[in-house]
Amino acid sequence: MAIIRTENLHFTYQGEENETLHGVNLEIEEGSFVAILGHNGSGKSTLAKLFNGILLPNEGRVLVNGIDTTHEDKLLDVRRTVGLVFQNPDNQIVANVVEDDVAFAPENLGVEPDEIRRRVDSALKTVGMYEYRQHAPHLLSGGQKQRVAIAGVLAMQPRCIVLDEPTAMLDPVGRREVISTVTRLCREEGITVVLITHHMSECIGADRLVVMSEGRIVADGTPREVFAQVELLRSEGLSVPVTTELIYELNQDGWVLPLDALTVDECADAVAAALK
Amino acid sequence: MDAVIRVENLTHTYSVGTPFEKTAIHNINVNFYPGELVAVIGHTGSGKSTFMQHMNGLLAPTSGHVYCDGEDIFATKEATRDVRFKVGLVFQYPEYQLFEETVYKDIAFGPKNMKLSADEIDERVREAAGFVGLSEELFERSPLELSGGQKRRIAIAGVIAMRPKVLILDEPTAGLDPGGCEGIIKNILDYRERTGSTVLLVTHSMDDAARIADRLVVFHEGSIAMDGTPDAVFSHPTELTAMGLDVPQAAAIAQALRERGVSLPQSIYTLEQLKAALVPLRKGEN
Repeated sequence: MAIIRTENLHFTYQGEENETLHGVNLEIEEGSFVAILGHNGSGKSTLAKLFNGILLPNEGRVLVNGIDTTHEDKLLDVRRTVGLVFQNPDNQIVANVVEDDVAFAPENLGVEPDEIRRRVDSALKTVGMYEYRQHAPHLLSGGQKQRVAIAGVLAMQPRCIVLDEPTAMLDPVGRREVISTVTRLCREEGITVVLITHHMSECIGADRLVVMSEGRIVADGTPREVFAQVELLRSEGLSVPVTTELIYELNQDGWVLPLDALTVDECADAVAAALK
Repeated sequence: MDAVIRVENLTHTYSVGTPFEKTAIHNINVNFYPGELVAVIGHTGSGKSTFMQHMNGLLAPTSGHVYCDGEDIFATKEATRDVRFKVGLVFQYPEYQLFEETVYKDIAFGPKNMKLSADEIDERVREAAGFVGLSEELFERSPLELSGGQKRRIAIAGVIAMRPKVLILDEPTAGLDPGGCEGIIKNILDYRERTGSTVLLVTHSMDDAARIADRLVVFHEGSIAMDGTPDAVFSHPTELTAMGLDVPQAAAIAQALRERGVSLPQSIYTLEQLKAALVPLRKGEN
């Protein structure tokens, strides 16, 4: 069953004339790792906020585990099911000690103290930040802070985590930390992960890649299927991985190489084979 | 050629005398020359931001000197003040620093502080907006209601309007989509081309550095670990990886091809170079 389902979803920001989302139909399967790609202004962040009722549709609806997000008395259930992580870790951390920060949400949900302790420890271990539980968040690196923010969401025990450009403000090391953490959450803990990004390299490990443009879905498939559509991605102002770009360019020159060779090794294998 | 910035034995220690005492950079010696486009690379905590903040006097050295046009920028208060106009620093996420009511006023803030005449300020605001591709129609809008990419351009224009001899940009493309990144990179290249200014670009993107820089300076654990042309630096992929840095994707593919017995020259680090090296290989066989 779909953990998130949108039906003919339309959204316009208050005071804006133009619609931001024009009828999005999307189903996110429980337990899957879905990447949503799009340039700035494509509507992908708006979509994220609609996924857990921060924004509400003007037309159509969003169902989270079957619950319509416009049901005010069910909003808490929606937010417990779908947790959101934003771009800037500094805007998401509220406490002066890492473990207090992670405990913030379960405390507000009225969880028993023993259970809070258990959840906080487990969440911090899952993101690899347990040794830092007594540290002050502001002294951590960007990647570490973002992992604390993820732990804070995990402590609510959501079934789905939506991350809106969680690596945009991080360096390459921090980026890898965060991506490997969310990949593990999906693969080992079975949590549905929706990763919104414009870094192509972060989409390669996803089960499915959805490309948004001007408030619509313009491509949807496995990363291999989507990245092979080089012209489409370029026309949407998106870049493709350098591996795909090289193969595309060589094919323009008359080579015959498979466009779905995504990793450096696959690309090198394909090119080397063509030269044999 | 005389260096526009000369750094001698620069050391900076934070929180001296407290349990948090930490030497962020130690004994750095480096020169930057007129018209150079230098990419400054290093992972978080390598000391590159600490270093950059000395270039326009925001941080004072624990020991050592920074000279701009031959003058010690920390010799007097006046010298430290003057250097802020000569060396323009664009911080990371500069869009968070916009504060004026209109785009025009925000860009004019720096020149106004230089006590220039109203005509001179006007000329500079228009020129700076032109460099970053901001339409004059936006001048009377509030900067806060514009898009992220436009805000960043306003912030960069505000620094360019001071006509600094050296422009330092700390990750100017961070968080922008590929189209936005390309736009900013192009603005920077145009600016350098037309003004002949020195540009120091702090970046995590090896692909950007490979594409546009004349010279790369790599920071590692508070020192400069490598300093040279992209050719020279990217021919050390193992060392770069050991420092927690990426190599450009094209260099990684080239390396993987060499391991598969394809004979390629050492100096390949952009897609264009890789394609240019590969195309004749196939044609040669036909």
